[in-house]
Amino acid sequence: MASTGLTCQELVELVTDYLQYTLPSAERERFEQHLARCDGCTNYLEQMRRTIRVVGRLTEESIEPQARRDLLQVFRDWAKG
Amino acid sequence: MAVTTPRVRSNRPVHMTTPASTGIVASAADLELVDALRRGDEAAFVSLVNLHHAPMLRLAKMYVADPAVAEEVVQEAWIGVLRGLDRFEGRASLKTWILSILANIAKTRAVRESRSVPFSQWVDAEAGADEPTVEPDRFLPFDDPHAPGHWVSFPSRWDEIPEGRLLARETLSVAREAIDGLPPAQRQVILLRDVDGWASDDVCNVLGISESNQRVLLHRARAKVRRALERYLDER
Repeated sequence: MASTGLTCQELVELVTDYLQYTLPSAERERFEQHLARCDGCTNYLEQMRRTIRVVGRLTEESIEPQARRDLLQVFRDWAKG
Repeated sequence: MAVTTPRVRSNRPVHMTTPASTGIVASAADLELVDALRRGDEAAFVSLVNLHHAPMLRLAKMYVADPAVAEEVVQEAWIGVLRGLDRFEGRASLKTWILSILANIAKTRAVRESRSVPFSQWVDAEAGADEPTVEPDRFLPFDDPHAPGHWVSFPSRWDEIPEGRLLARETLSVAREAIDGLPPAQRQVILLRDVDGWASDDVCNVLGISESNQRVLLHRARAKVRRALERYLDER
């Protein structure tokens, strides 16, 4: 491995910036050069993408029925003026 | 087999920003929703509540400890939203506007109850501390003669995991548990970003944190959820 390149341990710290396109272009280039020859980090990045997908499938707790009824009443009162 | 990977946020509302010269940043959908509310459209109100109630309640709990008080804060905020509708000019997105009303009420209540949870303290503690993304023993030591800082053994390939397993209820509950176990600021950020699908600007505004802190918190939160998923998925 070239000594000027990123190590795997350094790369994992940059993954969020990479996915969010906030890495400066030179660093992005180093990141991608590393990925191109490292299966471990390629797998890691894929794991992170899938982690985000899994989390994206979670839903928020739905609102309590009583709170929903209360809010509807609030709205009806307000709508009546 | 699906050929295309659905985008993470494909089911989120589309934000269509009208030209900046008007000073209006609310989306067309926002403005329509506001019109519907002004007309007394109950379905519009219900959809708004469904979309924002959970994040509002979570944010309220950042300021007030008592869950019942947090519920009151949210209800007060909705009243404030309805009463303020005529003042909504679209200079912020509807979501930002609603959340700022919530934050103001929550802060007032927190002061009145002389309990304010200084979110900034959590942020400083959680973003400031040194915390490796991946356990250091997964990498060769820095004085390794051949490949310092490289994987001892590669993370496994998750692209080979069938979709059905990756998104199975059990996998989701592992992720949910991991998020529930996060420190408060990290939990707040990952829920807003990755569950609610908020943009980072919105998250920074509502939580009053810097962009860089937001990124650090998100990074650490995701890293912990990944670790939990790795433990679960690599088990068999």
